[in-house]
Amino acid sequence: MPLASRHLLGLEGMPKEDIQLILDTATSFREVLERPIKKVPTLQGKTIVNLFFESSTRTRISFELAERRLSADVVNFSADASSVRKGETLKDTARNIEAMKIDMVVIRHAAPGASHFLSNVIKSNVINAGDGAHEHPTQALLDMYTIREKLGKLDGVRVCIVGDISHSRVALSNIYGLKTMGAVVSVCGPKTLIPREVEKLGVNVFYNVDDALKNADVLNVLRIQLERQDRTFFPSTREYHQYFGITRGRLKNAGKPIVIMHPGPINRDVELSADVADGEASVILQQVLNGVAVRMAVLYLLGTGS
Amino acid sequence: METRSKIADSHDFERTLTRLAHEILERNQGAETIALVGIRTRGEFLARRLATMIQEIEKKQLQIGFLDITLYRDDLREVRQVGEQPVLKGTNIPFDVAGKNVILVDDVLFTGRTIRAALDELIDLGRPASIQLAVMVDRGHRELPIKADFVGKNVPTSIKQEVKVLMKEVDGEDAVLLTELSEGS
Repeated sequence: MPLASRHLLGLEGMPKEDIQLILDTATSFREVLERPIKKVPTLQGKTIVNLFFESSTRTRISFELAERRLSADVVNFSADASSVRKGETLKDTARNIEAMKIDMVVIRHAAPGASHFLSNVIKSNVINAGDGAHEHPTQALLDMYTIREKLGKLDGVRVCIVGDISHSRVALSNIYGLKTMGAVVSVCGPKTLIPREVEKLGVNVFYNVDDALKNADVLNVLRIQLERQDRTFFPSTREYHQYFGITRGRLKNAGKPIVIMHPGPINRDVELSADVADGEASVILQQVLNGVAVRMAVLYLLGTGS
Repeated sequence: METRSKIADSHDFERTLTRLAHEILERNQGAETIALVGIRTRGEFLARRLATMIQEIEKKQLQIGFLDITLYRDDLREVRQVGEQPVLKGTNIPFDVAGKNVILVDDVLFTGRTIRAALDELIDLGRPASIQLAVMVDRGHRELPIKADFVGKNVPTSIKQEVKVLMKEVDGEDAVLLTELSEGS
């Protein structure tokens, strides 16, 4: 049952069996994370480079932990302390690093398609850890793993992604992956943050968050990415919170249990009120834990062998 | 051309398991300190059967767990293509192995490499008082210095033969088969 590709660049077009295999494999690694020694010798002798051209806390630490727990050797690179500052191109940076005998590259880059480009110019396996507003496949995989863990299935589950859909790679990867797995996907946010023709991806659109809540079992609440907005898409964060913020009151009105997810980092009391983020419906910290297991699964499936 | 002979049928199988259960109890002076750990896939079912027998003899609940040694294999580097690596079935040891006399259970002892991986994995889970090995068949050809404590059947084989332990739970019947592999297969 081979994976269709030797890279993980995105979930667009990834076969259902592959997603299933990654999620099933992650279950085994979830068990490893509960052991007294949270480490297995599986990727001994493999060298993995984390190429982060954009800042990241969670994803970078999560990948690094996943790599180390598989016993791989890890090299970290961040753009602000490198030759990128001296004007080196992505291709040259990557090929030079590869010349030092490495096996896998995890890349985060602001340009959509950066990981795809990289997979064409180097021989190592490439894993996309976020490319601009395009895809963030491991985040969507860990979101799906968490939903499956919580609700026991993905098929038929109604998932609503709330917030800045236009600038979100998390939204796009989730839409591709969830649709493939048979979930019913909708998006919700202010008109200015919903891409035109998003319906063509097979999702429903809500402009009213209370309507969205009525039609969802799971809410994936996205961060309002203030740094990514070169112009304003809504008048103020306070107004955003009033119209689209997920609050205890809104959840109560929905009249049924709804699982609350967030890819982090949270703007507390903007997209998500603090009491909901810390409340019993929230699986945000489970997502973080599952992230390590899912990344171990991806590294195992792509990284073993010669 | 393949020739295959049955070297144990379901009655032999049952008798052998019963003997192994008694030997394990004899060596450990009862079931007080022991725990059974089966190596997936067929070791799991052997361990379950042994556990049932031991519980019947001793009238005592036994701790039992299962190991998937894939992540500890020494041939993962030899996987040629993405996706050829074995599917993980998961390790499930629902008790603390520290201080226990762990009986590791597998179907066929051959090169010893699986057992080496299982020993490493078990020791990562804690520090057992001892680890003992029970196998249904020892077919020889060790590549590592590993020896079983409890052996169902010693079957001298040539490297061109294949030994298969069949079990009701996965194969529909209990049996031990010896197959001559022809050239090129």
